[in-house]
Order: sequence, then C-alpha cells, then structure tokens
Amino acid sequence: MSDHPGKISRRTFMRGTATVAAGVAVIGAPTEAGAQDLAPSRFSSSVTVRFEINGVDHVLDVEPRTTLLDAVRERLQLTGTKKGCNRGECGACTVLMDDRRVNSCLILAASTDGRKITTIEGLADGPVLHPVQQAFIDHDAFQCGFCTSGQIMSAVGCIAEGHAGSNAEIREWMSGNLCRCSAYPQIAAAVEAAAGEIV
Amino acid sequence: MSNLGEPVPRSDGKIKVNGSARFAADQSLPGQLHAVFVSSTIPAGRVANIDTGLALGLPGVVRVLVAGDLPPLHADFNETMVPPLATKSIPMQSDEILHEGQPIAIVLAETLEAAEAGARAVRATYAPAPYINPEAAAPDAVDPERGGYSYLDASEFLKGDPEAAMTSAAHVVQAEYAQPTRHANPMEPSAILASWSGDNLTVYDSVQHLPAVQANLAATFGLERAAVRVISPHTGGGFGVKGYVWPHELLAAMAARVMRRPVKLVLTRRDMYGMVGTQPRVTQEIRLGADSTGKLVSMTHVVSNVTGLTEDYIEFATVPSRSFYACDNISNLQLVRRGNMTLPTYMRSPAEGPGSWALGSAMDELARAVGMDPIDLRLASYAEVDPVSGDPWSSKKLREAYALGSERFGWRSRPAGGTLDGHWRIGCGMADCSQGVTRFGSTVRVLLKADGTARFESSLCDVGQGPATIFAQVVGEILGLSPDRVHAVTGDTNLPPAGPTYGSATTISTGTALHQAATAVRDRLARLCGWPVAEIAMRGGSIVRGTESRTIEAVLSEAGVSELSGDGALEIENYADAGLPGFPARSFGAIFVEVGVDPELGLLRLRRATGAYSVGRILNARTARSQMIGGIVWGWGQAAMEASHFEPSLGRWHAKDLANVVLPVNADIPPEIDIAFVDEFDPNAGPLGVRSVGTMAATGVAAAVANAVYDAIGIRVRELPITPDKLVQG
Ligand code: FES
Ligand code: FES
Repeated sequence: MSDHPGKISRRTFMRGTATVAAGVAVIGAPTEAGAQDLAPSRFSSSVTVRFEINGVDHVLDVEPRTTLLDAVRERLQLTGTKKGCNRGECGACTVLMDDRRVNSCLILAASTDGRKITTIEGLADGPVLHPVQQAFIDHDAFQCGFCTSGQIMSAVGCIAEGHAGSNAEIREWMSGNLCRCSAYPQIAAAVEAAAGEIV
Repeated sequence: MSNLGEPVPRSDGKIKVNGSARFAADQSLPGQLHAVFVSSTIPAGRVANIDTGLALGLPGVVRVLVAGDLPPLHADFNETMVPPLATKSIPMQSDEILHEGQPIAIVLAETLEAAEAGARAVRATYAPAPYINPEAAAPDAVDPERGGYSYLDASEFLKGDPEAAMTSAAHVVQAEYAQPTRHANPMEPSAILASWSGDNLTVYDSVQHLPAVQANLAATFGLERAAVRVISPHTGGGFGVKGYVWPHELLAAMAARVMRRPVKLVLTRRDMYGMVGTQPRVTQEIRLGADSTGKLVSMTHVVSNVTGLTEDYIEFATVPSRSFYACDNISNLQLVRRGNMTLPTYMRSPAEGPGSWALGSAMDELARAVGMDPIDLRLASYAEVDPVSGDPWSSKKLREAYALGSERFGWRSRPAGGTLDGHWRIGCGMADCSQGVTRFGSTVRVLLKADGTARFESSLCDVGQGPATIFAQVVGEILGLSPDRVHAVTGDTNLPPAGPTYGSATTISTGTALHQAATAVRDRLARLCGWPVAEIAMRGGSIVRGTESRTIEAVLSEAGVSELSGDGALEIENYADAGLPGFPARSFGAIFVEVGVDPELGLLRLRRATGAYSVGRILNARTARSQMIGGIVWGWGQAAMEASHFEPSLGRWHAKDLANVVLPVNADIPPEIDIAFVDEFDPNAGPLGVRSVGTMAATGVAAAVANAVYDAIGIRVRELPITPDKLVQG
C-alpha cells in the first residue's frame, strides 16, 4: 500500500496538532506507564470550532481529542463518511478540507477552525449528482458501497489536483482508498470518465 | 423484451453514492452508550484481576463490565448449532482466556472518545498458561464432537485404489503446498447497536444472514424468536466473516440488557483480528498419477488447517480433487491443527479457494511432466459426471469456457515463457475455477399494487452482490414491469426469512422462492380477469390474452383490490443442500493470467487476466461482471500479497491493521480484466436457470499466477503469497 501523496501529509498533521496543543491541551495516547496521568480533568476541556461544512456554518464544542471523523459522524450525524480503520490506512473517511482531500480520522476536529469541509452529503447539487457520483453508478464502481464515499471524495480531490490524466495515473493516485469488494478497474474507469467531463 | 441478463444499474446506486445508505454503525438511538472492548493481551490462561478504577474516574465513562457482570447464557443456548453460531465459546462467561484478542471487559461511556479512553485505562493482570501455537501443532483427525463444521462436507473420501493405481502411473507428481492465514478485512468493521424494550430486543447489525442472528440472540436470553428483531439493510462487505454469529453480537446485547440503555458497539480494525474468524493457514499434500496420455489415474490429497481449541473448523480444500476431474482412484483426508487462536471461518473463497490453489498448481506440474498443454491435460480428464456420486451435473459447459477463455486471452498463441519486456520476464498461466452450489431455505413475499408497481419483501441483506437489483429484474420479468417499478424491502427479520448472503447462494435460493411468489401473483391477477393462466402474458404493465389487454391498475381497481400478494418458499431439508436432488450443481470456469516478473528485484505484476465461466444464466451482466472482477482481485491478493503472520513467541498476529497486512490497491490491478460467460440456462438448477457466480471467481487465480510465475522464470512457488523473497534469483 503506498502512502498517499495527496492525503494530508505528516507535517500538516503535526502542525494541526501543535496548534491545538498550544491552545488547549496536550494530546497523547496514555502509555502503560503513564496511565496515572489520566487525571479526570485532562479531557474535560473543550474547544470551540467554527467551520463551514457542506456550505453551512457550524459552531461546535469539541473535545481536543475528537477527530474530525468522529465529530462529523457522531456529533453532526453526517454518517456518509465512513470509518474503516481510524488510523489513516484505508481512505474510507476521506473528505475535502479547503478543497483538498484528507483522511478525516487523522484530523483533530479542534484544528479545523475556520476551515471549509465538504463531505459526501455536500457533493451533489440538490437532486443532481456530482459527475463523479454519476460516473460511479454508470461504471458500477462499487458493490457494498462502504468505501464509496471515501472513493468519491478522493476522486474529486484527485481530479482537482490534476492527477487524473491517464488510467495508470488515476490508479496510482487513488491507491490510498481501499476497496475490499475490489471494484478497482471500475473505480479507475469512473474517475477517468468523470475527469473527462469535469475539465 | 426480457430484462434478464441486461446490465441494469444497481437499484441502490444513488444512496450508495450520496452517503445516505445507513450501515449498522451509522445508526444511533437516544440514550445510547458507546461500547469499547478491552481484550486479552495473552493467548492462554485466566484473567487474574481487572482494575477499573482509573477508567471509571474518567468523565463520560458510565460502567466497565467484566465477566461476572454479564447475564449467564440461557439454557436454550445449549441447543444452538455451530454453525451458524460461529463458536460456542463465548467470552466473559468465565475468566478463561483461549486466544489473544479475546474480550475481557466492556467499557460503556456517553461518548465514543470516553469509551476509548476508558478502555485504555483499564488495567488487567493475568494468570498465563502455556499456549499452543496452532501452526506448530501436530495434525490431528477431525473430531465430530467439536462443533458442527465437520458435517458440512466430507473429511475423508475414498474411491478405487489410489495407492495401487499410483504405482502403475506413467507420470507422478507429488508436492506440498501451503497458504497462510488471511483475514477478510471487509471495509466495514462489524458493528451492532442493541436496544431492549422490556423483553424485546432490537439490533441493527452488520451481517450476511439475519435469521441466524435472530435465532442465536433469542437462545442467548431464552426468548421467543419473535422477541428479537434484526435490522440490516446494508452490510459493508462480509466475505464470510459476517456470515456466522460471533460472540461480540451476544456481548453487545448482554451489555444493553445490563445497562437498560441502547449499546452501540463498533469493532475496531484491531478487533477484527481477534473477534471474528479468518481463513486458516492450510497445508496440502497432493499426489497426481497420470497414464502416458496424460489421463489422471490416481489422486491423493491430504489437507490440514489450523483451528481454535473449542471447535474444529475444517477448511475443506480436498473438495477440488474429488470434483474437478474424472479419475477412478481418489483419496482425501482432512486434518486439523488445534491451538490458541480465534476460530477460523468460511472466507471468500472457502474450500475450493485453497484447494484449487494446490490442485491447480499440481496439474500444471503434471502438464509439464507429461509435456502437454495444461488445457489439453484437463480435457483428457474432463468430468462429465460428478466424480463423487456419479450423477450427471445439472449443467456443465466447461469445454466451452476453455474455448472462450483461451480464444479471448490468446492462450494458444501466447508469448513463450520468459519473453522479455524491458526488465520484466513475461509468463502466462491458467487454472480451473469452480465452486459447488449451495441452496438454503428461503421465503419471499411479492406484492403487486394498484398503482402498477410491485415490491418484494424478504429478510435478505445486500452485502454488495446486488440481489435487490437482480430480484427486481426477476419480479419485473414475471409481472411485465420495468425493474425500476419493483421495489425491494429487505434487511429486517420482520420480513419473510431469507437464506444467507454467502456461498453465492442467494440468487439460486431466494431467487427460486421469488420466482414462485411472483408467479403466484401473476396467476392471481389472471384469475381476477377470469382468464386462464396458461393463456396470458404480462407486458408493459398490462396483462395480455391474445388481442385483449388490460392494465394492472384497471384490473385491480375494478376488483376493488389494493394489492395482490404471493408467497414463495424454497424448502430445504436439513438447512442446506447442493442443488436439486439427483443433479449435483457446480459452477465452472477457467482463469488465464499474464504476469511480469523482475527476477532481480523479485517483483511480480499482474498484466492482464481473462476469466471465462459456465455458471448458468446471468441475470445482470453488470453486477455479475463486478463480482467476477472482485473475485479475481481477491485471488491476486491470495497469490501475491495477503498473509497474517502468527507470532510464535507471543501467540498473536504480528499485525492487526491495514498497513502492515498487505491488501491489493488500485495500482495493483490493471484495467485489462476480461470477463466472459458461456451462454447457458441450467434447467436442472431451478426455474431461473442460474447456478452460482461470485464465490468461484476467487478460485483458481492463485494457481494460475503461480503457474505463470513458473512460466516466466522457472521457479515453482509452493507457498503463498508469492513475495519477492521467493522470486529473487541467485
Ligand atoms: S478511517 Fe480514516 S483512513 Fe481509514
Ligand atoms: S464497494 Fe465494498 S469496499 Fe468498496
């Protein structure tokens, strides 16, 4: 599995985390030895974030440890974004942040203040599907559909980045999104078709 | 015109691309608690102490349940069967630990974050016991007392005198083949939301067979089946590991019972390695004897697989050697190696998946020993009848599939093995694909409404194969409606119970019941018109007799009927069978692959593949093609990538994630995956003429790849996966 160059980089992630750390609390999984550090007060603080999600402004109080993925799914009930691994390995949680594709399980919600987030629910234009969504139907680019939200968001990002120039390029740049139903050839074909339509 | 066979788009396409299809983990209920497991870090022994103090001090953590806090299994539970219950060994009913990753405590909290933090803060101490590494255990005979898996197929088979025949064979090949344990890793981790109302339990679950969950949860608590409702409209891939009922489902319902609040449990990816099954490591010894013309005269096949300590799960990899080829002398033996591991399970593709890897490789070795093309070698032992029963197949067009596949692939004009393309050495290989048909009892109701639409109701769940789509086509065909006027109401045990969505059994099982139900509705409509059933046809939303035609709306409104319903059932004795009695049913095919090998770096790449299949009638060319592509990718994973390594000193999996367990990604799979079906209608398999499709696509692929590797560089790899270390030359 290749590390996805289009996804949020480690450095960006660290920067996001650092912002939070400076402002609110220190994040870190307790180790065996450090378990006593889990004083009750530790997670009681919350951070207020203002972000735009699918065109709507939101103000949300989140715990500093809450990921964007959990905030979107459990707090906002936008459950189209899926959790396949919760650690940046599968792409099921892909959303657009300021029009860039990111794994929302690797983003702390607290670091999204002032950002613009687009999830799968915000992609269509009312009843009219986004060209990538339509292409996924037309090419039968899914079976169970569990990876599909992430694939589609990733495809939108992939096309916008200019990484959809050929089938081979698409396959490379879509390889951060696992599909265990293994609809890969159909996914690549759908992205290729949609890319042709979007330009 | 018939819509059957047409590439009708998926009926759930829109909700799958706009994020509105709700999977189990997407459900929420007011007042719900989030559950996170604490699991054992040792593979054997007892829990000595669990310190929950720290966890309980964290804000949001409501309770930490340990073994003594859960209700005991009701006496009815003793009557449950393994399978469809995956295992009778239910964690947290005692302090015993049987494998690493076994749940030992459940943290319940107001938020997921609090439950996760709570789980990390629970401190467990253990009284470890010596554990048994199943991979190092000596093979043992299957024990029919250990669960019911041994009843699902034959652990021993003997026909003729294989030993004597082997001594007279002109050519003998003998080898041992191995494949590692592999985890299914569906993209959706298993999830369940359990909620009680008095003595009634409702669960949103991620499953492949709802009635099995209903029955086993009822038995767990000593309830009537009707007191348990299972809802599962969408499942995010199962591949077998959501087929049977696993302990976490029972534990979530128990936790909800204790807490008197809904409990939502979503397994972590790590949990998926300890709490649901896997395809076990399988080793196989095969001997093939052939006469001077290449005809098989003797086959012996001994298989052993790893399993847990409580039940003997059997990976019936011997099936291919008693069903693929005509041979008068065959012996098969299945053995198990027991140890401290999570019980394995049926995973895409079971039995024939592992078996075809070994047999398909051995046939290639034999073809080279005899000096025959592998297709000609297979044709020399073409099984016209089922080698086990001697009965004729329901239908078999494998000769046609060989011809179709080899034509499309260009098999007879393939480049010579080892041909260079840059630094890549090209090789081609082929192997047989085949899977036996399984039918499960199933019921369906079809309703025709006065507005000229229809719907069908069944508890079946769509795990992605597309039954909701193809069944709308079937109902539409019988009632003369376009498929988009037929709606699927599925995924709920309040609906007529359907068989499972596994083993490629749905279309033939539920489809047969559906055919009956829709036909009953059609006949009722004819009677309402006063027209003889034999004289009518259904077309374009109307019932037609000769030159007369009446719309469905008109007939129903005139009769003052708001809807007509019909029930259908496929009744099967003993839960499951292998086709209509007297007609053993099996799907057949052949897979051809071209690979590139870089012998200096040990790299292996798939360049193209052609699969040609004899599966009966295809109801939807689009969904069938997707299933076959999916299977071939799974086969590539099995051949070249996938392995879960058991760490022998710790008794656990080396890696329990998606980064260190390699799976195929888009870049691994070329666009040139060519799928073809032989034109076929199997009248002996059922009214729809279908057999089975998806499961068999993953059979044969690993052998074809290994054969292609040999063709390319002359190295015979007999242990999967075919990783670079096995390919670098000198
Ligand atoms: S859930 Fe975020 S990458 Fe898998
Ligand atoms: S469609 Fe099922 S995982 Fe991709």
